[in-house]
Amino acid sequence: MLSIVVFLPLLAGLALLVVPRPRDTAVAWTWVTVASLDLVLVLGLWVNYPTTTGSAEGAMGAFAYETHLRWIPSIGAGYHVGVDGFSLPLLAMTAVLFLACAVHSLRQRRRTRAHAVLFLFLQTVSMGLFSALDLLLFFVFFDLSIVGMYFVIAGWGHGRATRSATQFFLYTFLGSLALLLGFIGLYVASDPRTFDMVELTRQSPLEGQELAGGLVLLAIGIGLAVKTPTVPFHTWLPPAHTDAPAVGSAILAGVLLKMGAYGFVRIAMPILPGAWSEYAMVLVVVGVTSVLYGALVALAQTDFKRMVAYTSVNHMGYVLLGLGAAGLATADEARAATLAVTGGVTQMVSHGLLTGALFLLAGVLHDRAGTYDMGSYGGLAAKAPLFATLAALAFFGSLGLPGLSGFIAEFQIFAGSLGPVPVPTALALLGILVTAALFLRALQRLFLGGPGPRTSRISDLSVRETAAIAPLLALSVAIGLLPHFLLDRIEPAARALAALVAG
Amino acid sequence: MTAALWVLVGLPATVGAVLLVSGRRADPAAAPCAIAATALTLAAAVVAAATRPSTSVPMLPGVPAGLAVDGLSAVAVVTVAAVAAAVVLFASAEMGEGEARGRFFGLMLLFTAAMLVTVTATDLLTLLMAWEVMGALSYALIGYWWREAHRVRSATLAFVTTRTADLGLYLAAGAALAGGAGALQLSGLASLEGGWRDAAVAGVAVAALGKSAQLPFSFWLSHAMAGPSPVSALLHSATMVAAGGYLLVRTAPAIAATGWAGPFLAWTGAVTAILLGAVALTQSDLKQLLAASTCSQIGFIVLAAGVGGIAGGALQFTAHAAAKSLLFLCAGAWLASSGTQDLGRLRGVARRRPLVGAVFTVGALAIAGLPPLGIWVAKDEVLAAALAASPALYAAGLVAAAVSAAYAAKALALVWAVGSSQEEGRTGRHHDATASASPSERSALLALAVSAAGLGVFALPLLARWWRTLLGAAGEPEPSVWEMAVSGLLSTAVVVGVWLVYARGATRVTAGALPGRQWLGDWLGLERLVDHGVVRPTMALARSLAAFDDRVVAGGVGAAARSAAALSRGLVAFDDRSVAGGVRAVAELGVSTAGAARTRVETAVDRAVGTVAAGARSAASWALRPQTGLVHQYYAQAVVALAALAALFLLVR
Repeated sequence: MLSIVVFLPLLAGLALLVVPRPRDTAVAWTWVTVASLDLVLVLGLWVNYPTTTGSAEGAMGAFAYETHLRWIPSIGAGYHVGVDGFSLPLLAMTAVLFLACAVHSLRQRRRTRAHAVLFLFLQTVSMGLFSALDLLLFFVFFDLSIVGMYFVIAGWGHGRATRSATQFFLYTFLGSLALLLGFIGLYVASDPRTFDMVELTRQSPLEGQELAGGLVLLAIGIGLAVKTPTVPFHTWLPPAHTDAPAVGSAILAGVLLKMGAYGFVRIAMPILPGAWSEYAMVLVVVGVTSVLYGALVALAQTDFKRMVAYTSVNHMGYVLLGLGAAGLATADEARAATLAVTGGVTQMVSHGLLTGALFLLAGVLHDRAGTYDMGSYGGLAAKAPLFATLAALAFFGSLGLPGLSGFIAEFQIFAGSLGPVPVPTALALLGILVTAALFLRALQRLFLGGPGPRTSRISDLSVRETAAIAPLLALSVAIGLLPHFLLDRIEPAARALAALVAG
Repeated sequence: MTAALWVLVGLPATVGAVLLVSGRRADPAAAPCAIAATALTLAAAVVAAATRPSTSVPMLPGVPAGLAVDGLSAVAVVTVAAVAAAVVLFASAEMGEGEARGRFFGLMLLFTAAMLVTVTATDLLTLLMAWEVMGALSYALIGYWWREAHRVRSATLAFVTTRTADLGLYLAAGAALAGGAGALQLSGLASLEGGWRDAAVAGVAVAALGKSAQLPFSFWLSHAMAGPSPVSALLHSATMVAAGGYLLVRTAPAIAATGWAGPFLAWTGAVTAILLGAVALTQSDLKQLLAASTCSQIGFIVLAAGVGGIAGGALQFTAHAAAKSLLFLCAGAWLASSGTQDLGRLRGVARRRPLVGAVFTVGALAIAGLPPLGIWVAKDEVLAAALAASPALYAAGLVAAAVSAAYAAKALALVWAVGSSQEEGRTGRHHDATASASPSERSALLALAVSAAGLGVFALPLLARWWRTLLGAAGEPEPSVWEMAVSGLLSTAVVVGVWLVYARGATRVTAGALPGRQWLGDWLGLERLVDHGVVRPTMALARSLAAFDDRVVAGGVGAAARSAAALSRGLVAFDDRSVAGGVRAVAELGVSTAGAARTRVETAVDRAVGTVAAGARSAASWALRPQTGLVHQYYAQAVVALAALAALFLLVR
């Protein structure tokens, strides 16, 4: 069942390649159909997910929909996939976001077939990564996502797309090498040798070996930090986003960045709990730095898309703060640690939805008027009220307004982290103030006040664009108002993980 | 009667959301819908106040969202719902055809719902959610006329300032969790462990001072006047700014438990009441005067919370809500009819529209603390609690009361002034100097005026005792007869005095004789201080960090990449000249050897050497093949090499 969810998009993509000269409309609608089908299947996984899983047997003890096949038995790597409370929400968010991109691309007429196939490939890669339970499998998907995104940016980007794509590729690929090094370190330390995450969690290799554990965590941490990205490994992000097509940016920020953050909860924390606690303060500091630095640099941007890109650095910083704080929590702060981890995972989902929406909205500016420069606009609310309304909703969600998903995530992170790490958390609180200021400034420059030089070129959202963007925001509101349907899935896994790393 | 509670918060929220989503299509139906919704909400508030329901829904793991109505929130919900109903009724006439009424009334209803959740919340999570939503909606309402950039700027400033203070609530929530109040209950704050109680109370105090526009946050309320008058009538009387005072009264036990927070808040409230009262005295714009007066009057609630005067704080909350929303509505009515809110131009306006003039007088005299109106009683309740805590606080409270009487009398004297006012013929929004109030406007104004005056009944001992029982504040100090007489006489004397000064023909609108007039007129220069001390440095820091990011961080990565490329080019050159050259030399040597050999040695040897030469030559060209000069190909080679190394590493172990 899970493998079907993972590979359905790829199979559909291959089928599209085989069909001789399909019509663009047919390709586009096939893509939408496949993405919808995959979402329905993920919903099936969600509904049938056994709620007791994950609470009793440790962070990685119990997975639903597990498949374990031999792959490269000589080095102990297998095709091992499964789902728990961390991966299920991310799988669902990924499926939603890819469907939104499929709908948004219904009128994409530049090499339509290649475009659709590439995104279907990326969807398989992303779904595969979020369900992988084997380090090598994870790594393969991790690297393939970089390859896929390289072609998206280089092939369908604008501006200096090739250059940005190459930079993105080189930087994140280099990061993935560090990750590989760390994985090999884990493999070497395990006994019997294995790349299986569940087995490794059970073994906890390198537990008690401070230097080796620290070095392996460093390698894995750098690999994931590049992808997340955190300061100072974030500089590939703004150019990649600025020059990527709207749907590419949405997937890059919405899904690909989560691979880094997800790696922390899936690999680094459960397999190296001792090293994680040991060096958690480093992660907290990196997290808080990302929060403040990302927010402040975003505040100074005049290019809307660059601004949103930097807010990603800010938002992912909260995740790191929460996860780091969980590592520093004492045994009687287990509840706080659970809340912080739950918040971190919620933030991944929330950021995926909101940033996905923001980048699709940014695409509207470029599609119609050819620039993201905020100074070129103003008073758009008069010309494009629907555009303005959805953007305002996404802005307020992103600045953490209650009633939207961002608040649920950030509140849990703050409330959970304050006990274990009071001063860094208090500093990180300033982040939501700066984001409030920068999003309100953007709202004013783009949508309110008098018209700017290019305002007249912007027409309101089409039905297609609305159908792609509005559901993302609707989901964010749903999480904001009724979070427990999501948190019930995350919390048991978070509780187990917190128990593993805390105290 | 949990249903009453759900109707209370759910009805305005739902109707408001529907109106907002429907956009301009909803315009014709917006006002009637809003009036009906607020009327039903008021009914639900009364039922809820009588039946005291409570409920909770799952929100975060282990932290449900709880709502409940107790004595204090019973007072608050009825006050909020009543003021909202009156303001919406008034606004149905004020917001005419040209306005986006769906958006306006939708936002007003949502705002009312958020305030109702704030006052019924039993835990910090629910409170914070409603609290922040209220802030965002106030942004949308202040910036209601969004085409005018300065109004949007004001809205942004108001939101960012209040959110700065809101961070305190996040801090308080974290402290509550860390200190052992797992479900973040407000009632559990007083018994938190160790320093967490101090942190939580400090957070709550900062958040409340910000929302209530107390010092040093007061300046945002001046900007909030950029919104329509009905917005001010709702936001800056019974809701939003009042929420801060309410929260402090709600958490008074925790404040008292810390020891330090009580005196700190009491003095902040007292100083705000005096200084912002003086600011009000110097304003030449009626709405600015009312705004400063709001800070000053809420200061009494903060003072009450600091000294544990729950009965007084709650009464001041209600009495001020009635009087101030009335005054803002009057200002709106005059703005509509005269096109100005400048006090100089409003001279004698009360004579031209006697009904509005009359109710304005009631409201202003209530604010002045004149017996037997509502605020007179409320203020005495607060002052009695202050006197029990410290005579100095009591004295400060009396000074603040006198200042209130002064600015109220000044406003009154000007709007009733005889003659000399040249009616403004300026164009603006629809205005008609002699327009009489519509029935809906009239009923809203009258209802508020009756409440503002009628709350004075709590001076009667029987009712005062009932009020204390309602709030569970039976043991609090009561004002003695002489205290009430002193404050009543003081207010009356000041009102009469100021009235005489202005009636004598003081033509200056501002109190010229006051020392530091400019400083006061500029709202204590707080905004400039924040602008120079916080906003500009932050923006400068942001810009320099952005430059740093572009040049140093990204530039560093670029430089590293370039030096790696240069290194590889160097290696290529080395490779070309030395390694490949060597191979080539060997090959050439071989070829020449072969050539030499051909003449002397047999063909077999010749062939063998030829093979070596060819092999060497192809080896040379193969060695050159990877040197394409393309960075990513080198990179891929590096990956292969690294993978090979890793494999070797594994095999060797």
